[in-house]
Formats: sequence, structure tokens, C-alpha cells
Amino acid sequence: MCGIAALQITNPALRPQLGSLLNTMLCEVIERGPDSAGIAVYDNPALTDPDTTVLSLLGGEQALSPAGLASALERELPEAEVTVEVLGDTTFVSGQASSTELTAALETVLPGRDIIGRGRHVAVMKGVGNPRDVAEHHGLTSMTGTRGVAHTRMATESAVTAAGSHPFSVADDLCLVHNGSFSNHATIRRDLERQGVVFDSDNDSEVAARYLATRLTAGEELESALEHLGTVFDGFYTLVVTTRDGMAVVRDPISCKPAVVAVTDDWVAMASEFRALADLPGIDHAHVFEPEPGRVYTWRA
Amino acid sequence: MTAVVQSTAVADPTGTVRGTGPVTATSTATVVDLAATSVRELNAALHDQADPTRNWIITHPAGRHNIAVGIDRDVTLRVDGHVGYFFAGMHQKGEVTVHGNAGQGLAENIMSGRVHVTGDASQSAAATGHGGLVVVEGNASARCGISMKGVDIVVGGNVGHMSAFMAQAGRMVVCGDAGENLGDSVYEARLYVRGQVASLGSDCVEKPMRQEHLAELAELLVSAGRDEDPADFRRYGSARTLYHFHSDNADAY
Repeated sequence: MCGIAALQITNPALRPQLGSLLNTMLCEVIERGPDSAGIAVYDNPALTDPDTTVLSLLGGEQALSPAGLASALERELPEAEVTVEVLGDTTFVSGQASSTELTAALETVLPGRDIIGRGRHVAVMKGVGNPRDVAEHHGLTSMTGTRGVAHTRMATESAVTAAGSHPFSVADDLCLVHNGSFSNHATIRRDLERQGVVFDSDNDSEVAARYLATRLTAGEELESALEHLGTVFDGFYTLVVTTRDGMAVVRDPISCKPAVVAVTDDWVAMASEFRALADLPGIDHAHVFEPEPGRVYTWRA
Repeated sequence: MTAVVQSTAVADPTGTVRGTGPVTATSTATVVDLAATSVRELNAALHDQADPTRNWIITHPAGRHNIAVGIDRDVTLRVDGHVGYFFAGMHQKGEVTVHGNAGQGLAENIMSGRVHVTGDASQSAAATGHGGLVVVEGNASARCGISMKGVDIVVGGNVGHMSAFMAQAGRMVVCGDAGENLGDSVYEARLYVRGQVASLGSDCVEKPMRQEHLAELAELLVSAGRDEDPADFRRYGSARTLYHFHSDNADAY
């Protein structure tokens, strides 16, 4: 079933509340997917800095201590001023380098790590277990930020693992969450692999994320990339995509999967069900609607 | 029920009371705040045939599921806010009104009585309904009235794709537009649409509007509190080519 909660704040005065609002939304969709969860938060000053690339690594415990990992990475990238911070089940590696350079250095120092997020604006956190606990371990309620997305997973196409949790962040500051399932993901995966795309998991949603990232990297606009995705992927889905400066929602052409959007002057929010939106400030005066099937909705910050 | 339930003097809870006796501006209503009372407690109270309460007001529904399911008493119930999945499912008696939107499966399998939503309804509104009237003032989503078996549905706005799929009996009135494949495999239900129809489903055809249909439509519109002109609508229904299997129709199944 899976549950999605996404919130983009347009009124800067509300940004300190991003984490607590997102946490409230997340808790209302736990029943939709209680096995694991993932959260992405954009522009939290404690986790990301626009001058520094941050990699989010799966697992709080790594084979090296945070200090040991930082100094090992410093040896690979002497100019990068690498820092390592552990938060709950996630390790954040920051440095003044590109995500490609930082990823390569990490692969040398600690091969085979699962990188679940990358970029200068987004921090990604994932875990197995009750989504409420995953959020609490990471201290979501105290986080500030511009936008965030949370996902509660009911595993269908691949195993219950933290790596299989959404969001899938496979390009800088790009996150994709999915409710539903794709039936032709293996075919598209093979096509992408032939183009040199490397995958982290067996998850069908990762294929959508890689497909989208490939098109965006080639210079396509988000709206048109998502429209193309709709013509190539077979299955049923509600997708939420967050980027450095915006958010998009699209449902499959027969709207098999639910989605509710609420818009005010202060924020735009999307969730699988209205109950996740019910406690947002000003919801009584929000424009609440169900996205039309197959139509791509985007909101820039 | 818990202590949060209180009786209070209220205005006419629905504003459009019909057929269930007089409800005046001085009538009392039991107010149930779902921020403090569970849906299960509310539904148990609504099912209690010994409870003399006629008028109910539900506050803070917060999109919760299964509110007011299975009402089998002549009550008048008003919800202030949005409701979640399966609101007023299996409705048997009474009149319920939602001042807000409704989630999936609104009034699913309604048997009789009336369910009214002032906002939008999500997918599968009034699915498999056997009787009664379901009114959605806003838009209804996909598969509205799927497999309807006698229910009347009046939608002020649009309906989504595959609406009235396999509709067997009853009437559907759409004051706005209908999505793709309206009335696919429809049996004897009658469909009235005022706006555009994106496409007709298998075995669904436009039919002439005779006087009896104009009269029927006028009555439905009035009972839903609407003032559209029946002459602006078109009628659709079954071509009856799928009633019996015929190999020439194999492509249509």
C-alpha cells in the first residue's frame, strides 16, 4: 500500500516547523506501510550546507569511527575539509567536493557503502521498523527546512530492507518516492544498465528514480521527464519527486493509487490520504484536491 | 459513549431536511468531537437502536476512515470537515451530510436513505449501491457508481473515468463532464450527463431524451437541491449487445 507525505514550505516563517509538521503527517500514514520508512529533508542547516556536498549513508555504525572515516577521506580528498556525523541510523559525510568525487573517495575508503542521498540541499534517512521510531531516531521533529518527504513502505516488489526504503535519491538533490508497483521495471532496468547506469537495490522504484535522473541529467525539464516516465513505465503509481527547488506529483493514468494535495499561500502538501494533512496550519482554508490521473503537477519554491 | 458527547441547541443540521419529519431551528443535536471520541464509539452510538437521539453533529473528522458506517436509524447527521475512506458505507436509513470532501468508497453499498457531500468525493463513490440517493456537489473521481444496483447518484461537477462501469440499475446524473469509458458494460442503469463525455465504454450508447426521462431527471435534480435545466442533459445507456454472449462481440468483452 505504502504511505506518502510531502510538504514544501513557501512561507519562510514556517520553516522551523518543517520537521514537526512532516512528522505529524508521517504518523498518519504509518498504517499504510509499517515495515520501514525513509525521510528526506531539504535545507536543514544542521545537516546540509549549500557550499558543501553531503552524502547520506545507510547505517549509523560504519566500519570506521566517524573521526576515522573523516581522516581516511581527508587523505583521499585533502582539500575537501571532510566531516562525518552520525544521526540515528544514518551517517552523513560532508565535504567541499562534488558528489562524484566524494562518492569515489568513499568507495576507496569504505567499499560497498549504500549511499542513500547526495547533494548540497538534501539529507536522506532510512530505517527498518515502525516509521514513528525511524523518525524519532533521526530527531525529525526538531528539523527545520524548506521541503521534506516521508514514505512508509509496504514492501511488494523487493525485500524489507533499509536499502529498499524510499525515497530514492540517485542524483544530486533529487528524491523520488513511490506508492504502487511497476510491472516492467526489469525491462527498463536492463535498458538503463546497457546505458551504463548502476543500481543499488532490486527495488522497482529505484528504476524510476534512475530513469528520471538519466533524463534530467540529459537536460530535460522535470515535467516532461515525468510525462515520458508515464509512457514508458507500466503499472500503478503515485510518485512524488522533490528537487533542489521544487516538488512534483504524478499519478498513473488510471489513478489506481491515492493522492490528496492541499495548497495554501504558506505551503503545498501532498499525502496518500487527507488525514495526514488534517493538522497542517491553515488546512481549513486550503485548496484541497485529488490530482487528476496522468497529469504532472509541479510547484517551484 | 464518553463524556465528550453533549447535547446542544443547534440550527437545522442539514438545511435540506426531507422526509424524516420536522427538524426545527430549536431542535437539539448530539455533538461528537472525533478529536476526543473514537470512530468506533461514534458508530456504536449511531447503531444503538435504543438511543433516542435524532440529530447528530460530528466535528473534527480529520479525514478518518469508516465514519458513520452502517447507519440503520432515521437520524440526521452532519459532519463539519473532510472524511476519509468508506464514509457512510452500507447506509440504510437517515440523512447524512458532509461539509467537506470525502475519500474513497463514499456510501459504498448504500441501501437507502441519503448521503450528501458538499465538496469532492474520491474514487468509487456509491459503488454497488442498491438504493437511496448520493449527492456530491463537487467532483467525483474515477469509477463513480461502479456496479450500481439501484442507487441514484447526482454529481454537481465531473465524474472520472470508468464511471457507472457495469451499472445494473439506478440513475446517475452528472452536471459536469464524464471521463473516459462512461458506462462500460452498463445494464439497465440510466445515465444523464450535462457536459462533455470523454468517451463511452463498451456497449454504452447515447439514447433519446423522451418526456419520461426529462421528468425523471427533473425530479432527481430537485431532490438533490439543484437547478440545472433537464433539457441541457443527454442520456446514455446500454445498447444491450452484451446481454448474451455472441462470438461476434468477443472483442468487446
